[in-house]
Order: sequence, then structure tokens, then C-alpha cells
Amino acid sequence: MTALVVQDLRKSFGGVEAAKGITFTVAESELLALIGPNGAGKSTCFNMLNGQLKPDSGSIKLFGQEIVGKRPREVWRMGVGRTFQITATFGSMTVIENVQMALLSHHRRLRAMIPFAGDLYRDEAWELLELVGMADQAGRACGTLAYGDLKRLELAIALANQPRVLLMDEPTAGMAPRERVQLMQLTADIVRARGVSVLFTEHDMDVVFTHADRVMVLNRGELIAQGSPQEVRNNSDVQSIYLGSGALYGAEPAMEASA
Amino acid sequence: MDFLFVQFLNGLASASSLFLVASGLSIIFGVTRIVNFAHGAFYMLGAYIAYTLTQHLTGVVGFWTALLLAALIVAALGALIEMTLLRRIYDAPELFQLLATFGLTLMVEDLVVMIWGPMELLGPRAPGLEGAVPVFGQLFPAYDFVLIALGPVVLGGLWLLFKKTRWGVLVRAATQDRTMVSALGVNQSWLFTSVFALGIFLAALGGAVQIPREAVHHMMDLQIIVEVFVVVVIGGLGNVFGAFLAAVIISELNAFGILLFPKISLVLVFLVMAVVLVVRPHGLLGKAESDSRPAIGTAIEPFRRFGTRGRNAMVAVLLGLALVPLFAGNYLMSVGTELLIFALFAASLHLMMGVGGMVSFGHAAYFGLGAYGAGLLVKYLGAPMEAALVAGPVLAVAGAILFGWFCVRLSGVYLAMLTLAFAQIVWSIMFQWYDVTGGDNGILGIWPSRWASDPMVFYYVTLALCAACIYAIRRIVFSPFGYAVRGCRDSVMRAESIGIDRQRIQWLAFTLAGTFAGIAGTLYAYLKGSVFPDVVGIPTSVDGLVMVLLGGLQTVGGPIVGAAAYKALSIWMTSQIDFWKLVLGALIVVLVIAFPEGIAGFWQRRVSPLFRRSETEEEAIP
Amino acid sequence: MVRVSGYVRSTLAAVTAAVAVAAGPAQAADTIKVGEINSYTALPAFTEPYKKGWELALEQINAAGGVNGAKIEVISKDDAGKPGDAVTAANELVSREGVDLLMGTFFSHIGLAVADYAKQRQVFFVAAEPLTDAIVWQKGNDYTFRLRPSVYMQANMLADEAAKLPAKRWATVAPNYEYGTSAVAAFKEALTARRPDIQWVEEQWPPQGKIDAGSVVQALARSEPEAIFNVTFGPDLIKLVREGTTRGLFEGREVVSLLTGEPEYIDPLGAETPEGWIVTGYPWDKIDTPEHKAFLDAYQAKFNDYPRLGSIVGYATMMSVGEILKKAGSTETPALIEAAKGIAVATPLGPITYRAVDHQSTLGAFVGRTAVVDGKGTMVDFEYRDGADYLPPPDEVRLLRATN
Repeated sequence: MTALVVQDLRKSFGGVEAAKGITFTVAESELLALIGPNGAGKSTCFNMLNGQLKPDSGSIKLFGQEIVGKRPREVWRMGVGRTFQITATFGSMTVIENVQMALLSHHRRLRAMIPFAGDLYRDEAWELLELVGMADQAGRACGTLAYGDLKRLELAIALANQPRVLLMDEPTAGMAPRERVQLMQLTADIVRARGVSVLFTEHDMDVVFTHADRVMVLNRGELIAQGSPQEVRNNSDVQSIYLGSGALYGAEPAMEASA
Repeated sequence: MDFLFVQFLNGLASASSLFLVASGLSIIFGVTRIVNFAHGAFYMLGAYIAYTLTQHLTGVVGFWTALLLAALIVAALGALIEMTLLRRIYDAPELFQLLATFGLTLMVEDLVVMIWGPMELLGPRAPGLEGAVPVFGQLFPAYDFVLIALGPVVLGGLWLLFKKTRWGVLVRAATQDRTMVSALGVNQSWLFTSVFALGIFLAALGGAVQIPREAVHHMMDLQIIVEVFVVVVIGGLGNVFGAFLAAVIISELNAFGILLFPKISLVLVFLVMAVVLVVRPHGLLGKAESDSRPAIGTAIEPFRRFGTRGRNAMVAVLLGLALVPLFAGNYLMSVGTELLIFALFAASLHLMMGVGGMVSFGHAAYFGLGAYGAGLLVKYLGAPMEAALVAGPVLAVAGAILFGWFCVRLSGVYLAMLTLAFAQIVWSIMFQWYDVTGGDNGILGIWPSRWASDPMVFYYVTLALCAACIYAIRRIVFSPFGYAVRGCRDSVMRAESIGIDRQRIQWLAFTLAGTFAGIAGTLYAYLKGSVFPDVVGIPTSVDGLVMVLLGGLQTVGGPIVGAAAYKALSIWMTSQIDFWKLVLGALIVVLVIAFPEGIAGFWQRRVSPLFRRSETEEEAIP
Repeated sequence: MVRVSGYVRSTLAAVTAAVAVAAGPAQAADTIKVGEINSYTALPAFTEPYKKGWELALEQINAAGGVNGAKIEVISKDDAGKPGDAVTAANELVSREGVDLLMGTFFSHIGLAVADYAKQRQVFFVAAEPLTDAIVWQKGNDYTFRLRPSVYMQANMLADEAAKLPAKRWATVAPNYEYGTSAVAAFKEALTARRPDIQWVEEQWPPQGKIDAGSVVQALARSEPEAIFNVTFGPDLIKLVREGTTRGLFEGREVVSLLTGEPEYIDPLGAETPEGWIVTGYPWDKIDTPEHKAFLDAYQAKFNDYPRLGSIVGYATMMSVGEILKKAGSTETPALIEAAKGIAVATPLGPITYRAVDHQSTLGAFVGRTAVVDGKGTMVDFEYRDGADYLPPPDEVRLLRATN
């Protein structure tokens, strides 16, 4: 079954059209990459998918259910998890508390005032941390983590409500090359093991072409190509966009590290 | 029509000083993020020094030289204070600087009385401008035309300064994004000092130009500071044009308000501020802050639950408190009761501010509503203490539910100012609704029931209630709900994206904080036997802030330590020292420099690890 | 165990310190302790002269051998201008210092708070300066006596003079709180009773301390009154006078003004004092009575300063306390109350008595017109009005106190 059906999504800011009728689908257990140069509209697209931005028109259906018009927290409850380009975690809590928080929300225990939150869902949180390789840092304050670790923590948080679709905004930005491979391998494993669909944006083309099942290319608010990594790589339009930057083949785009 | 026009001119004349002071505050806040509580004190100093100088410099030239010189002298003083005091604490948590400037204000208030004496001083009128000019048949003071022109002239000057000079460009850049300045390779401390000096110059000039209109006295600072904050917020923080617009609006409101609503002129500005903030959450011309600074209270170190040793220590403290009546007399027990009440008040504020990241400049509203809740029950229903203790806080709960609903829609200083607006509205109701609340003559005769009238019994009642409430607050902090509140503080984006309804969570936290403050207020009414509007007043709110900041925002126990320290010091000093404001202010300044993390923060980070290492290792095991 | 003993040691130290503090200074048997509270830091302009006043009286009482063989000791506390702090101070004085009675306070609401404390703890209290009528009437209690002529009394003194003026159209300006509203109400009632033909054409209620003087003056002028009743004081009064003078508000108009003749308020106006206002006050340099002369000489000799009205209040309050203690022959509260009822006390302004019916003293005030002499504001054509003549009869007062 198709996890996500996106149809004719449009959004403009002032006079600038950031999305000009984007249409695509995400299959179940698929690892789909969304690439494109800066300002192509990737973040706008992501923000519409998780409810942070309301599209001007178009529809987004998650397993047949419309999510346009819903708030981020409702979209999350329907099973769409998200990691951010600039990591967003609870800086004054420990690593495991961050995950416990997501679990508490998932189990709708957020208004409980009697129990100690630290005692709740500790084992589940621990498992998630082990899954992303963060268990050894469970007791550390989140504000003191290295950037790559924050990204992995975000992944654990995103997995806490057993999402059906995971939106990952530049999951490997700011990481060392070896870490990138590890994280994407981990993501791929999770996709397969849990049947999650992943839509991710990425600047590192090595990561994209190694791990993605399918690739979509966004330019100036329009999808100009989609297909298997091989097809996209050979697409002449795509090559012309990336021409000069040389970014399509491996090299890290210099200005992208937005950490 | 003629009359209305002249009234309009009156408003403009009043607007100019307000604008000068407000623009200074706004610029300082925009760049350094200091909420300069001492701004009114510098305004007052400007007036005092201008008064002294005009006694020696006479004639037209002498008069204006004196005003300018006074502003320059105060600006130099401001720069000195920035370099020696504020510079040390820029890295401290946001708002901590408020504490330092509060200490300064206390000092200045006593110093001016020591230097210039307690009497009001009447400065000279502006030479050549003593008289009045007929405007549509009404006499209008000539000097007021100068004031009317001064506002736009200063505004234009500032505009040129910001647009045409490199320094101005840097200031604007820093206002938008502080990190950018260091990236541009600018000497940040020099920029901050110059901005602070400019802001103080404007404040002092605003004070100096008032001397032909009003007497110089030692309470001038308090009279203007709140209105200045209102202007800055209505205009939009860091926006000088906004400050001008708001100064005109507020002044015209005052000028015409006395014609339309003579009896509610006190509350009018706050009503307007509340409406503006509800409709425009960043003021008239303000923009949402671009730089995503962590909310106040965001700690590097997570809150920690007590280990076995911590729990034992708390039990020991509680036992110690329970033993106090064995050796303390009635007076010390009453002081102890007051400390306990304020510990709860500070803890409730911390729940909102430290845990929830919602700064309140108006927490006294809920304390006061709790006190009045009890007072009104006694006055109208003759309720006994037992009933009033339960029902009294209900008024605070209702207030918190109502005001909180609006407040959680804002953030940062805007939220803080909206809480202030609501607190002032409550204050005005208590102050002016004479038939119901007794007005400024308050409600008397709120004494404990016979069985609790002995100070020892009432001490135990208070100890039991406060300890239970503080324990409850602590439990809440570590409960799932507490986690959600902290989550909303740390990262709104993350909270929303894991299904947390931020506004509801914050609203509930706001209400809880108001409830606990209300309980403290009810107890306070019974301790004092009477309620007056000052329990809702700004000084009560400021006291709460001082306690929380002094103790340390980033620890759960900090506010309690801060409350005990501050209240005990101020009670003791008021009783024993003539110039207690000077000493207390100086002490606060010293504490701020010595413990930039607050007293409890200092303890937790520096002292406690020295003999707690083994325990934390124990705890780290899941 | 080392740490534990550390806890114990610090706890012990704290306990020892607290016990030492709690025990307080030892009380000598041959002194009578009087607790005194006032707004010293909040209102130094008024309370410093007041303090000098009672210090002088205290010195004189003790120099004359004290009362009933015991010296009086005054323990003075600041209330920071807050009723809550005043109750704390009262509590400290009563519970810890063991004072035999309380005196002082300036603000009406603080006076009320301390009066209520006195009632609750059954302590004798002489309120020195609060002006509110409520402290002896609606909220009066057995334990509280008040020295200064109240709002009602002073408004009536002024109404006597105002009634003689030809003016029929009156405007009022008063600070927007109980003192202002009750003063205007009392004045209106008194003047209307004397002159039914009078019209009230305008009321202004500027917030205390925040008068927008230009606008208020403009609004007053618009109603074209023939006379104005003013209750503002301090910085507000100065702004009002400056704006009013510049804008010609006072030209050709009578102004009747409460308290303005008191040195505390008229002195800062200096050469800009408006002339010809009818005011209550205290022309300290022009009073010829022997009792005032004695006071003035002693005061100037001791402090090298001239007295304000606060000095009179402080002096008379202390003297009242001395007389009450003498008459009571005891420091027990019931004895003090009985002694104070109807007691006669000599003050620099003449003899006064504390009425048994409402515990109000009959201290009066000077009513006269303002003038500028040698660049300073002063009072001329003044006359002392005995407070006894401006108090309602006992039956009326009993009704007022009965609602309490």
C-alpha cells in the first residue's frame, strides 16, 4: 500500500512560489530521497508534510487520511515522525529523558502529575537508544552532546511513537563521513525491520545514491525528476542544475553545513 | 475643538520625555538583552544632577548646557557601571542582569536622599521660556513647544545615527542577531558599552528636561519606569519608531483619558497594553525575534531528583523547621512563617518561570488574589479561617485561568509584560473598587481562628501547607506533566512535533503556578491580619523575581533558598539599618557578581559536586 | 560520618545563633519601652522632622525624670511604606522587644493595618499622622487613639472659609485614592451644608504621583469655575502649581487647598508659591504663643533646623504617650486605654484632649492664606482652629463606630 500520497501541493510566500504543484507518493518501507539545490523548496515541502505550514492548496494523504489542515502534533499522532535540519531536542534534559518524553506523549500520559516521569517507559526508551547506538550516553545532558549524537537522538525520539512515515531533514549534516554511513545504514535497517517509510533530504550525494530506494529532485518549487538513483543520476535536467557545483557526484556542498 | 487641540498638544509635550527614556531602554534591550530595571534611576539622576548644575549655570546658555552636561555625566556613570558590573554577567542566564539593575536602583534611591536630602527640589524654569503662548485663546507653556519638538528631533537624530554611521549599522545588526556581531569581527564589549551609554544618556536627558515642569524627588524613578516599559513593549522591543509611536499614544491616552474616564486613569495604559499585546503579540512595530535564543530557564544541567542523601537532608531540614518553635520566640516564628510563605510564592513563580520558561512580571496578581480571596470571604461571609484557606485561593485560580489563556499565546518579554498588565489591572480593581475591596484602606480583621491564633500554631499550619505545596511542585517538576512543561520551554518545535499541545500545557502550568501563589497569598493575609492593594503591586512581583533569580533559576530548590535569603535579609535590614536600601542593593550587586548562577546554582555546580561524586555515579546506572 | 558531624555542627551553630537572637536584649526594669513605626525610607521628607519631634519630646520627658520614676525608651522601626512590613515591625516590637505600647505611622492604610494589629494583639496604639477618618470612626477600635486632625476636620475648617467666598461654581482636584475621595466628599458636604447655592462643575482625579498636570489644568479651566478645591500634595501639587500658574488657571479664581500651608509642602514651592490660596498648615515662624516659642527654641537649639508640621506631630505624639503613661500609672493595656480617654495634653499648638467617644485628639490646624515673603512661601492672615470645634457630636460618632 502507498504510505503517503501528495497531490498538487502549492505554497507561496508573498509573491514567491516555494511549491508549484508538487505531486509524489511514498511507498511502504521505502527510503525516498528528496534532493535539490538551496532554496529549491525542500524545507517548505517538509514543513507542509508535518503540518507546520499550511499549503495554499493540494492534498496530503497518509494511508488514505487527509492531513492537510492538521497541526504538527496531530500529524505526529497519525504516525508521521520528524527530525530537523537544525536539531531540536530538549536541551536541559538527559538523553534518555528526551526519548521518555516522546514515549509519554505517545502513551498520552503528559498530564499525569503524580508518577515520576523518569521511572516511566525507561526500558522502551533504553531499547530505542540502543537501537540508535546512544545507550552509553543515556544519562548525559542533551545540551552537551556532539552534533552527530544529537541527530541520532532525534532519530530515537522520532521512532518513539512507532511512526509509519519518517521525515528526516538532512539527517547526516554536520557528521563525519564514517558516521554518515553508519546512520544511514541504521536508518535503512529500521525501515526494513519496522516497515517504516522514510522521506529524507540530503546534500551528500554519496549518502543519497548509496541508500535511497528512489530519488526525487526539486528545483524552484517543482519536481523535475524522480526515479531510481541511477535514472536520476543520468537525467540531463538534473545534471544541468547541479552543473558547476559538482555537488551531484560526491563532494560536500561547501555552504550547506547549516549547523 | 480648540480645547481638544490644546489637550492634544499637552499629550505631545508629555510624550517627549517618555519617548527619550523609552528609546534608551529599547536600544539597550535590543542590543544587550538587558532588561534595565535601573533605567528609571538614571532618569532620576539626570534630573537631580541637572537641578544641581542649573543652580550654578544660569542664563539661556547655562541652562541648556546644564541639562546636556547632566545627561553626559549620567551617561558616563552608566558606561562605568556597564564596564565594571554588567560586563561580568553578560554570560549569566537571561534576566539575571535584571537583578543587578534592581540592586542598583535600590542603591540610587537611598543615595539621592543622602546627597540631595529628602525634600522635593524645584529647579528653575527655562530662561526665556517661562511664559505661555496663546493657542486658540488658551495659554500654552512656551517650554512645552520645545518638548514637543524635542521628541521628533531626537527620533530623527537616532535614525541618522543608525542609518548613516557604521556604528549604527552594527547596532541594528546586533539588535537583529547578536551572534552576527561577533562574526563580523566587531569588538563586542565596546559596542555594548557605547550602546548602554547612549541609552542612559537618553534616559538622563529625559529626566533633565523635566526640571522646568516638575519637582525633583526620590521617587521619580518608580513613577516613570513602569510606564516606560509599557511604551517599549507597545512599540515593539528594540524599535525606536515604535517607542515614539507608543509614547505619543500613551501620553494622548493620559491627556484625553482624564476627560473621558477620570476615575480609571490608573488602569487605562495597562488595558491598552493588554489589548495591543493580545492583538499584536510583538507590539505595534516589533517583529518576532529571529535569533532562536533558548528560553529563560533553559539549563545546561538537567534538574535532578534527590538521591537517598538528598532526601535525608530534606527530611532533616523539615525536622529542623518543625523544631524552630522550641527556641524561637513569637517574633522569630512570625518571621519564619513569612519566609515559608514567600518560599512557596517564589517556588510557584519558579514553576512558571524556571520550569515553564514563562517569565512573569506580574506574579503578585495571583498572590494578591489569594489574599483578597480570603479577605473578601471574611468581610462578606464572615468565613472562618479553615474555609477561607480552602476557598481563598479559588480567586487566584480563576485569575490564572483567565489571564493565562491570553499570556501563553505570547512568549519572552512580551509574555512577561502581559502578565504585568494583568497584575496592574487587578491592582487597580483592588485599589479603586472601594465599595467592595475597601480600596487603598484595604480589608482588616483577617485573623486566624482562635485555635491557630497562637504564632506557634499558625507557624505549624503554614509549615504544613507550604511544605506540602513545595513538595507538590517538586513532584510536578519530575512528573510527566513537568517534563512536558520543560519540553515546551526547551524547544517549542520539538514539543509540537512529538504531539505536545504547547499552549494547553503552558496554560495548565500557568494556572498551577497561580494556584500555589494564591495559597501563599491567602496565608499571607492571615499572617498580617489585613490585605491592602500593595500585595498585588509591582514591588511584590519584583520581590518574587529577585528571590527566584537570586536563588538560581536553574535549580529546583533555588527559589526557596533565594526567598529565604532575600526576605530574611530585607526584614532584618529594614529593622536594623537606616539606609537599608543602599546596603541591600549593594549586597544584591555583590551576590550577582559572586554567584552568577544564583546561590543554589552555585551550590549545585561548585560546592555540591565536591562531596557528591560517588552518589551521582550511582544514579547514572539506569 | 565526617559529613554527618558536619551537618550536626552547622545545625548546632545555627540553633545557637537563633537562640541568641531570639532571647533579645535584656530588659531593664526601670524603663518603659515604646515601639515606634513610620515610613522613614519611603517618606523621609515627612518622617525625618517627625522623628526629630519625638526625639526632642523624649529627651525632655526623660530629662524631667521620666514617668512614674521610669525612663522611656523608644525603639523605632521603618515600615518601608508597606502595611505588611509595618505589621512585621509591630510584631517585632511587641513580641521580641517587649514594648508596652505602639505609636507612629504616616500613611492611612498603614495606620489602619497597625491599628488592626493592635486590636488583635490587645496593644495600645497612638496613631500619629494618618489622616483617614476610618481609623477612629468606621474602623475605630478600643486600642487605637489618633493625634492628627483628620480629613473630615480639616475639610470642615476649610469649608468654613470657603463659605464666606462669593464663588458659586466650584471645581475639585484630588488624588485618586481614599484620602482624595474622602477629602472631596467631606468638603463638598460641609460646603453644601453651609452654602446650598453652590454648584460643582468639575472633578479631576489624577493618579497619585502621576498627575498629567497640563491636561488636568486645561480640563479644570474649561469648566470655568470660580473657585477650586485642591487636595493634591507633594510633587503632584508642584506640577499643578507650575502648570496652573503658567496657564493662568489661578488668575481671578479662589483656590482652597488642603495641607498646602504645611512647610513640608509649601517650602519646596519657594518663590513660586501661589499667593492667596486658603490653606490649612503650620506657619512655624509666626506663631506667638509661649508654648510654641518654647518648643521652637528647643527644637532649633537641638537640631539647628526649623520644625515642620511633622515635628509638631512627632513631639505631640510623644508627649501624649508620656502623659498617658503618667496618668495610667501602669503599662497594662487596659489602664493605658482608660487613662487615654479624655486625657488632656499640652502641645506646642495648645492644650488638646483625646475624646473618650472616638479616641480622636482635638489637635487643630492653622487656616490662612498663602503668600510669598522674601522668596519663600508662607502663610498670612492665619488663625488656629481648634479641632474640638470641627468634630461631630458624640452621638453621631457612636453610630459610626457601631457599624464597626
